[in-house]
Amino acid sequence: MSSTKTSRIGEEIWKTRVDKVNAELVTLTYGTIVAQLCQDYDSNYQDVNKQLDKMGYNIGMRLIEEFLAKSGVGRCANFRETADMIAKVGFKIFLNVTPTVTNWTSDNTQFSLIFEDNPLADFVELPDDGRAQDELWFSNILCGVLRGSLEMVSY
Amino acid sequence: MPTPTFALSTPCFSGHAVRTSVTLTMGVFSLIIINKAGGLIYQREFQSGLRNLSTNDYLVLAGTFHGVHAITRSITPKIPISQPAPSPATSSTGTTAPATSSYSYPNPGVPVSGLDYLETDKFRLTCFQTLTGTKFLLFTDPLTGSVDTIIQKIYELYADYVMKNPFYQIEMPVRCEAFDRHLGAWLRGRA
Repeated sequence: MSSTKTSRIGEEIWKTRVDKVNAELVTLTYGTIVAQLCQDYDSNYQDVNKQLDKMGYNIGMRLIEEFLAKSGVGRCANFRETADMIAKVGFKIFLNVTPTVTNWTSDNTQFSLIFEDNPLADFVELPDDGRAQDELWFSNILCGVLRGSLEMVSY
Repeated sequence: MPTPTFALSTPCFSGHAVRTSVTLTMGVFSLIIINKAGGLIYQREFQSGLRNLSTNDYLVLAGTFHGVHAITRSITPKIPISQPAPSPATSSTGTTAPATSSYSYPNPGVPVSGLDYLETDKFRLTCFQTLTGTKFLLFTDPLTGSVDTIIQKIYELYADYVMKNPFYQIEMPVRCEAFDRHLGAWLRGRA
């Protein structure tokens, strides 16, 4: 499936088929969860990252069904198409952002998603304890969501 | 005019109206959902008075269908990928092809699916398998049109009211009252 067609699907679903909620509500709720986790784990950021990933994983396993039901797309032919689909349809319909797919390895098995604009991180300033900047992966829930949803379609 | 013997939830004002709504609601008989392991997780009739199988029979039906579906997928014929014409010497032996040639499905662009529908004079069983492996089996009247739309909508309702229910455990039997309610309301609204 061509790249522009993928973007069109994403746009179309975002415009017509998705219920929207206030972005600040989402940002503040998510921020509160992460802050609470930092408190609960005594600022052990490795554990916080792990917990966020686990939460995302459980979300992803369920969210994939909505993605498939709403988008009606079939199985991707290759991993590049999958990357495109994640960026232009997945993130578009759930967060209204389209990360850039880049940094492909030569064997086409790894890529990066670069967010120019991350709705989860608006208003966020990481704690000034000298470690959070390096150790806390604030939006790690997204990695978990991807892991969960891709696992359900057998990647 | 024969009076229908089962209750209808749509309002009926005259004998004529009754008959119309009967023929329309005749469309969808029942729905079965099978998880990716072949277990029955949901079963519901949309018309009162349908003859029921026992719970055990439904479980067997789900498991059997799951198996048949897998078989139909694996017996999809494969054709050899066309190779350069063999030299006369080898072709004369008659044992040329399979040794090195590889096979592919007839139309490589289209993914291999299993059994999609099964039809008799009296009913049509449509199977929709999601990419996650869950199967939706819809029993309808053979004359019912746009079954795909109905199944697609059922899948959306399932995504909303089953998968998003935080207390629903994945792969376990579906006992979600909101799903039942919305599914029933939508099907009634359609008819």
